[in-house]
Amino acid sequence: MSGFAALLARDLRLAWRRPGDIAVVLAFFVVATVLFPLGIGPQANLLARIAAGVLWSTALFASMLSLDRLFAADYEDGALDLLLLAPWPLELAALAKCTAHWIVTGLPLAVLAPVLGIAFGLDGPPLLALAATLLIGTPTLSLVGGLAAALTLGARRGGALLALLALPLCVPTLIFGAAAIESLTSGEDLGAHLAILAALALVSLATTPWAMAAALRQAGE
Amino acid sequence: MASPLLDVTDLSCRRGGRAVFEGLSFALGAGELLALVGRNGSGKTTLLRSLALLVRPAAGRIAWQGADVADDPEAWRGRLAWLGHLDGLKADLTVRENLVAAARLRGVPADPAAIEAALAAFDLLPLAHRAARTLSAGQRRRTALARVRASGAAVWLLDEPLNALDAAAQQALRDVLGQHLAAGGLALASTHVDLGLPGSRRLELGA
Repeated sequence: MSGFAALLARDLRLAWRRPGDIAVVLAFFVVATVLFPLGIGPQANLLARIAAGVLWSTALFASMLSLDRLFAADYEDGALDLLLLAPWPLELAALAKCTAHWIVTGLPLAVLAPVLGIAFGLDGPPLLALAATLLIGTPTLSLVGGLAAALTLGARRGGALLALLALPLCVPTLIFGAAAIESLTSGEDLGAHLAILAALALVSLATTPWAMAAALRQAGE
Repeated sequence: MASPLLDVTDLSCRRGGRAVFEGLSFALGAGELLALVGRNGSGKTTLLRSLALLVRPAAGRIAWQGADVADDPEAWRGRLAWLGHLDGLKADLTVRENLVAAARLRGVPADPAAIEAALAAFDLLPLAHRAARTLSAGQRRRTALARVRASGAAVWLLDEPLNALDAAAQQALRDVLGQHLAAGGLALASTHVDLGLPGSRRLELGA
């Protein structure tokens, strides 16, 4: 078994042993999202119009919540040294950790979002589009967030710093993710928006592992 | 000593603008243990970390069988087993799972026989199913040492391996180190106590 698969399996097993960590993220997503219909009141048109933006923003915040532990746990218990000393590229190790983060955070968010979309009066095609945009867009959040997590490793109040670093970098994904769902009502091409989301994910995939590895080596010194 | 396997020449390291050690040279052959002694802050950990390429040395050369290890860091890392001052255990995994996960992270399939032998060597079989979270400091240290033994690596870098160990566990470590050296392995260990092993040499680091 390659090191990548081994690290991915280890992190998924660790997540499985602590289901509460994932539950908190998903519960935050649900509660934060449901506050909007409650606060705005039963104005069906308005809710349907803001649904995409709200769901995407809260998904973004929810995935930030769990990121500060991504590398910090390994940093604190010394397991990071073992990753730095593994005889295979650290870039792959960073990628494996982000993949595990996406599986336990991004994937459940994408599955949960259409259910919450119903609370905003979305139906049919917009719900499917919402799931599709989150499925394609959340890998970017895990990768960019992972980079921020690696850069803030060892910093005091790293969590707040992490969000400050990662959120601006996630703005393009947020814009195109929310716009994709609106494109269904405005008659624009949904495929183009999804293609841009996929392109953003690929750019993150092609750049962030190297930056993460450099940041982790720096943290290990 | 015929020809040294590990050859360190003129190694210097700076931390925060201050020289931790300068112009350090030593050579180590098969079956030799180098005990690093010195006061707190004398650079024992920094030396071990720079040998593991975790810290970039300011100057100097680390060579394995004549070739600079910086030329092929992955091959060098594959020869190393590391015990840091942190145990590097995942609290939510059991003792055995920790050893298996660490072996797989080295990119090789876990060898069950080596893992069971390592568990037995440090008297960990009765604890093998316990989550690392529930272990005492000494038990955690023994698990980390078992990980080093199970690695099958040629070069062991041990930072204060005797920390938190009771008398029986210290003896177990001496036995395991003795077998490792007898099999032609190398080890560098920072320590305050004489390990009392044949083939052991001392390197004094000045504060």
